[in-house]
Amino acid sequence: MSTTVYVPGDAGALSVGAGEVAAAVSAEAKRRGVELNLVRNGSRGAYFLEPLVEVRTSRERCAYGPVRAADVPSLFAADFLNGGTHPLSLGLTESIPWLKSQQRLTFERVGVIDPASVADYVKHGGYQGLERALALSGAAVVQAVTTSGLRGRGGAAFPTGIKWKTVLDQKTKTKYVTCNADEGDSGTFSDRMLMEGDPLSLIEGMTIAGIAVGATQGYIYLRAEYPHAHAALKAAIAAAYQAHYLGPDVAGSGKRFDLEVRLGAGAYICGEETSMLESLEGKRGEIRVRPPLPAIKGLFGQPTIVNNVITLASVPWILAHGAEAYANFGMGKSRGTMPIQLAGNIRRGGLVERAFGLTLRELLYDIGGGTATGRPIRAVQVGGPLGAYIPTKDFDTAVDYEALVGIGAMLGHGGIVVFDDTVDMARMARYAMEFCAIESCGKCTPCRIGSTRGVEVIDRILAGVDRERNVRLLEELCETMVQGSLCGLGGMAPFPVQSALKHFREDFRARV
Amino acid sequence: MESLPSEQTATVRRVVAEHRERPGPLLEILHAIQAAFGYVPAGAVPVVAEELNISRAEVHGVVTFYHFFRRTPPGAHTVSLCQAESCQSMGAAVLADHAQKRLGIEFHQTTADGRFSLEPIYCLGNCACSPAAMIDGRLYGRVTPEAFDALIAEGSAAK
Repeated sequence: MSTTVYVPGDAGALSVGAGEVAAAVSAEAKRRGVELNLVRNGSRGAYFLEPLVEVRTSRERCAYGPVRAADVPSLFAADFLNGGTHPLSLGLTESIPWLKSQQRLTFERVGVIDPASVADYVKHGGYQGLERALALSGAAVVQAVTTSGLRGRGGAAFPTGIKWKTVLDQKTKTKYVTCNADEGDSGTFSDRMLMEGDPLSLIEGMTIAGIAVGATQGYIYLRAEYPHAHAALKAAIAAAYQAHYLGPDVAGSGKRFDLEVRLGAGAYICGEETSMLESLEGKRGEIRVRPPLPAIKGLFGQPTIVNNVITLASVPWILAHGAEAYANFGMGKSRGTMPIQLAGNIRRGGLVERAFGLTLRELLYDIGGGTATGRPIRAVQVGGPLGAYIPTKDFDTAVDYEALVGIGAMLGHGGIVVFDDTVDMARMARYAMEFCAIESCGKCTPCRIGSTRGVEVIDRILAGVDRERNVRLLEELCETMVQGSLCGLGGMAPFPVQSALKHFREDFRARV
Repeated sequence: MESLPSEQTATVRRVVAEHRERPGPLLEILHAIQAAFGYVPAGAVPVVAEELNISRAEVHGVVTFYHFFRRTPPGAHTVSLCQAESCQSMGAAVLADHAQKRLGIEFHQTTADGRFSLEPIYCLGNCACSPAAMIDGRLYGRVTPEAFDALIAEGSAAK
């Protein structure tokens, strides 16, 4: 049997040279007349070690990284195919401290399996959740999701089971399951990693959702900025059809579930659920006024589940291992695990899946190792471009939905962007308004006009024009946007501005 | 409004025919048109409207709503630089200044020789390897000004 070598095909790993490394491994193996089985797995999420090359030896998997293409001949010379020692040796992958400290449930297969192989997926516990679900009534499946305490991982944190129950209770013939894969928040990449590294878990989650609530058609709304995820999803969907896990007779149950991917077109607002539904219908992504809720009147006017990628991909684990097993992780009303993404100016950035409750300090320093530049951290932005900037004095706050709300912040989709002490917080505040102006759908005035006025007011402050009066005006403008906007874009874009004013007011001064 | 050459009109009609039976097909159709031409020509709008039996205003409204749809032909290479927070924390602004000077154009412009279009983009999902760039659909991480120059030199040599 030939040795298996893993070189990630994950977009992030490719962005730092994994493609060249894979080519070099193949070329060197050929040159030496060695047979090997090269698997393009997802990323383990330790991006500071990418490209991370693994070899499956008789023991477990040995890791080497970060590997450059030029290192490959020396890896062969060091007999890495048998776990040989090399300056880039990281030992057994499972023993790398950064990975070992994690609790991977939703991401248990990401970086481990061949994402395009149904057989590999099943071998690693895939489709056990669906099997359980098929033995239960729809109501029992929904109850399990409710009991697990799973809340929407896209950012809104709404209890998933309650949403599903609403769709289940609708007496219409046509219902839909839609997946919001418009992961537009800066500092987030968990959806991308999962879709590229274990797309079948998302497909299985959507299939379970469809069978539970009586929907036969699913759509994944994927952002156009993710071409690698697009390819991975299309390949996985085709493989699932081939293996009869999608189609008219899902896993021999006689139940139908069809699934397709639809591409967005570069509009941040389409991550808002009603805007996403408009876009899926082929229209401008302008938000809808709620009610009615999408669970009652959603896609094409029919009852529709709208869930984020991570939410849906967590469902197979919950069904396979039991709702209580999932709920045993976490704290308070935040149950289960959360894939946190350490991003920006961080030494050991990447994906950290842990039970809720870890503090920001533990994440940033113990796991993340502080900044990449080696300078002190000044602020972190949690929860994407609409999330507050958090100062160092609040770093003992736990990563938990309610705890973050308690300090005027939000967890959102779990991205943490780190800034060192060179950051200009007035510029970041200006950017928040500018981004809102670029991405506003234009439907409501506070967002459409307010964001542009916000940029202008900050420019006046920075130009030294009537500082006190303009700072007050900016505060009032923020309040108007928060209170008066129709959706979270205009309603939350002021959060980074308000937090910058509150914690970093000294930055709002005239520039030379 | 410019009208399309008959060959291109035929392409647009064929694209619409491929997608028209799918629910909510307009975005899919526009993606296919952009894939075929590199942008969505103004002359394609009335053809799509007629084929789908909707107004030109509706089609125009959708084309102009989404940042991804271009209304002018792109350069031979499209360079997108992430301008979002994570990349800003790792020097995206310096990289953007450098890129604009190096190419002699601003964002949303194409070089006079037609080789490069430069676009801002708001998150490529590569935030643990900031700053990020995408060139012709290929993702790059930890992009320094020097690395950028090397990529551009490669692109110049390719076409």
